[in-house]
Amino acid sequence: MSTGLLESIWTVPERRPELSNREWETLLGQARQARLLARLAAHHIDQGWLTEVPDGPRPHLEGGLRLADRQQHEVRWEVDCIGRALRGFTSPVVLLKGAAYLMADLPPARGRLFADIDLMVPREQIEAVESALFAAGWICEERDPYNQRYYREWMHEIPPLRHVQRNTYIDLHHTITPPTSRFNVDGSKLLANLQPLSGHAGLYVLAPTDMVLHSAVHLFQEGEFGHGLRDLLDLNDLLLHFSKSNGFWDNLLNRADALGLQIPLFHALFHIQRLFGTAAPEHLQSRVERLGPNAFSRTLMAWMLGLALRPDHPSCDTRWTGLARWLLYVRSHALRMPPHLVIPHLIRKAWMQRFPEKKAESA
Amino acid sequence: MNVGGLSASVLHRQLENDGLILRIGPFSFRLVSAIPAIAHELEALYADYPVLDSDQFVDYTVTIAQGSGLRRWLHPQAIFKFDGAEVFVPLPEDHAFPLLEWSMNWCISMHAHHYLLLHSAVIEREGCAVILPAPPGSGKSTLCAGLVHRGWRLLSDELALISLTDAAITPLGRPISLKNQSIDIIRNFVPGAVFSRVVHDTSKGSVSLLKVPPETLTRIRETAQPRWVIFPKYVAGSTPKLTPRSKANSMLELGRNSFNYMVLGLKGFEVLSKVIDASDCYDFQYSQLHDAVAVFDDLVARRNT
Repeated sequence: MSTGLLESIWTVPERRPELSNREWETLLGQARQARLLARLAAHHIDQGWLTEVPDGPRPHLEGGLRLADRQQHEVRWEVDCIGRALRGFTSPVVLLKGAAYLMADLPPARGRLFADIDLMVPREQIEAVESALFAAGWICEERDPYNQRYYREWMHEIPPLRHVQRNTYIDLHHTITPPTSRFNVDGSKLLANLQPLSGHAGLYVLAPTDMVLHSAVHLFQEGEFGHGLRDLLDLNDLLLHFSKSNGFWDNLLNRADALGLQIPLFHALFHIQRLFGTAAPEHLQSRVERLGPNAFSRTLMAWMLGLALRPDHPSCDTRWTGLARWLLYVRSHALRMPPHLVIPHLIRKAWMQRFPEKKAESA
Repeated sequence: MNVGGLSASVLHRQLENDGLILRIGPFSFRLVSAIPAIAHELEALYADYPVLDSDQFVDYTVTIAQGSGLRRWLHPQAIFKFDGAEVFVPLPEDHAFPLLEWSMNWCISMHAHHYLLLHSAVIEREGCAVILPAPPGSGKSTLCAGLVHRGWRLLSDELALISLTDAAITPLGRPISLKNQSIDIIRNFVPGAVFSRVVHDTSKGSVSLLKVPPETLTRIRETAQPRWVIFPKYVAGSTPKLTPRSKANSMLELGRNSFNYMVLGLKGFEVLSKVIDASDCYDFQYSQLHDAVAVFDDLVARRNT
């Protein structure tokens, strides 16, 4: 069946898929929805298969690659602009996720698409950095006072900043998880362990272990799983890359303990092993096992994530996919905030979605 | 086999179930919809388009779904779905056929990065193409519809597909979208023209689609080289006036009218330079189609001398 078509590409990366025309269509559709079209194209180039792809699907792969190449060019440009806008700052400015992979030349950057640039700075610097970015043309467009308060009081980031001319977006963080979250991470612990970005004075990326942990916690706290498979592939790439250096896995597990991120790491490793076969070295297997929650949570999460991590494409939907996605969405909010905050928040959000006009009147 | 060769019941059944696969210019589309108006309009406007077998590769599957639940009966809707996602806000079911046309344009302009894509009409005579870029309301489609019934061949009314290797323009050959007064202007100018039912109160006003002349489809594989770039402007009561325009400024304006100039980066710049190098650029102001026909005929005649 076509349900696992896209994942299976990376399950045995060197096995060239034999696809009918209809399967090609499904594969391209799944890849578009999972934002993996360019990555799929890059994989075909790396394996030397692109020229042998039939004439029908080939332009789709090439087109995806053109778009990703262009976006990467633009992200480099934006990072330069950000560097200039924040040149006077003595405290570090950290690139997170996609921009970090790209600028630090890490494997997940290959064929990756971008929606925004994620930055992290010390919490006490947020306002100063926001003003400096404002002076360089990035404005905060969130007008709704409730949403402003939601972000600034409860979240690990402020509302998105849009550049007035180039329409690019920055998400400005002070840590990687909401302070109200069950997995709250003290941003200063991450800042104590940064790696400078060569050629860009003042810009940094997270340490390898922290980069992996951020990607893992991000995957499960966002509540939107449209990019789930992409995020897992990112993680798999990072693990394969960083584990070339001695002691990486030990450091990773120690760091998960230190930051309290054992459970997100456990779920991420479970699905990475399931889909791509990447696993911790033998001597750490039992320690990885002990990271996880109780048996019931494990089974339930494995089932829900197994469904939700598939591409959001009709060919992948089962009768349970919608339910699994909804449960995970609610769970992601429950992890972010304690019940007395999250329940009123979700009710308000549902109301606003249903009656958006009312919002305009009350604002 | 063409759409016209299918019986009405087979056409309906295919559209409702696995979808009807059409060859449209260089692309293949699978159209899926249970909305009866879509089947009717396809019968009228797409009769001469080839139907492909179900084992052919399809570039874009366009689904125009109906609303679900009670809404389907109270406020019937037409919803464009691509890869299972809703791309635009749903429209009244009444707008289904124009929505299908817009959706097909969206598929090409968002994904076909193996062409430089310009938002413009393209017509051809003697192997030479005129690119007619223009913002909505400038009378581009009216002019295009008039000229292709007076000796010019229609390549496209909406999208110029420009080759990244030699700047040749590939015909797309879809119905011409006419709005408001243009519908009656072309009805009078082209006796016997076939139109889709006029849909009122769309975001673009009243809309109707005009069936393409037969030559468009018989010569659909013949590309054309760009020779003129002409920015049309309808000005009521004006006399026709063709004014030379600087190449540099025309190139900027074409870039602005492109869907993927930025995506293509340096390649886009190189291709657009080729187009502009090969083309005389003009502004063209007109109010009467007859005058416009004479001016465009004269362009071709002057080229040959």
